[in-house]
Amino acid sequence: MDVSWFLVLSAFIFGIGAAGVLSRRNPLVVLLCLELMLNGANLALVAFARMHGDGGGQIFALIVMVIAACEVAVGLGIIVAIFRRRLPVDVDELSDLRG
Amino acid sequence: MFFVAGIGALGGAVGVVALRNPFYSVLALVAHLVCLAVLFLLLQAEFLAAAQVVVYAGAVMVLYVFVVAYVGGSDEPLRPEGGALRVLGPLFAFVLVAELCIALLGSSLSLIDSQGGDVPARFGTPAEIGSLLLQKFLVSFEAASYLLLVAAVGAVVLARRRRGLEEDETSGLSTEAGGQPKGAPAAAKSAGGAGTVRPSGMSATSSRLRPEAPGGNH
Repeated sequence: MDVSWFLVLSAFIFGIGAAGVLSRRNPLVVLLCLELMLNGANLALVAFARMHGDGGGQIFALIVMVIAACEVAVGLGIIVAIFRRRLPVDVDELSDLRG
Repeated sequence: MFFVAGIGALGGAVGVVALRNPFYSVLALVAHLVCLAVLFLLLQAEFLAAAQVVVYAGAVMVLYVFVVAYVGGSDEPLRPEGGALRVLGPLFAFVLVAELCIALLGSSLSLIDSQGGDVPARFGTPAEIGSLLLQKFLVSFEAASYLLLVAAVGAVVLARRRRGLEEDETSGLSTEAGGQPKGAPAAAKSAGGAGTVRPSGMSATSSRLRPEAPGGNH
């Protein structure tokens, strides 16, 4: 299978994730869509690594997975804190930074 | 094989965005990640496929399931009042996909319409990944480990239970304003410590990494 197919598929996954980040309101689902975008980028990185026969792209994808894990940890911590303080779990109403 | 996994990945991605209940969104993302692992296998990234299934679909998604169960997956309407983003979001995404496809397929990369160049036999194996991580990419490896540590500490500070929130918060604000040189441990005890701990942790990380960097390259 040609590398270009993988790249087009990664572009579609990234686009679907971007649409979800923009149009959903629940912060949990926004985080899930961020994961989708990171995974689309990961697929492109692995496809380019295969195309060039270089392992650097796979290392990059591995580091991206670490970054995604960190983002999940901090983001879910924020969501749990929001829930504990009885604030609305909705990104439109959480628009001010005041604690 | 590619089309089965690709359609599965696309269907999982659409499911994450379109399903109302966050719990079902998480399950759709698990299916998407497993299909993506199959695609990684087709690209000869065996170690990455295994890590994707074990770390992502296993560990991270369990975290999501716990938080969804804790917060309570409410069946929310997607956007009842029909805001501007409801139209502009998918439109922007469509433009983004079209632009990415044009940029990818219109590029003059010579290998893009082939199966990829010749790869050595140990390409993508755990041994190859390990030797690359510990020799060529040691600095990013160390930076990732520090980042994981900082994120774990930050998540604990953010999500812990706070007693007497209001009184704590006012005293925390005064300590932050007056007693900044007291350092991170003092500020972490106050309620406002969540914002203070992580930046100081990050600066400690970068200052510890910087002397390592020249030696790590060789």
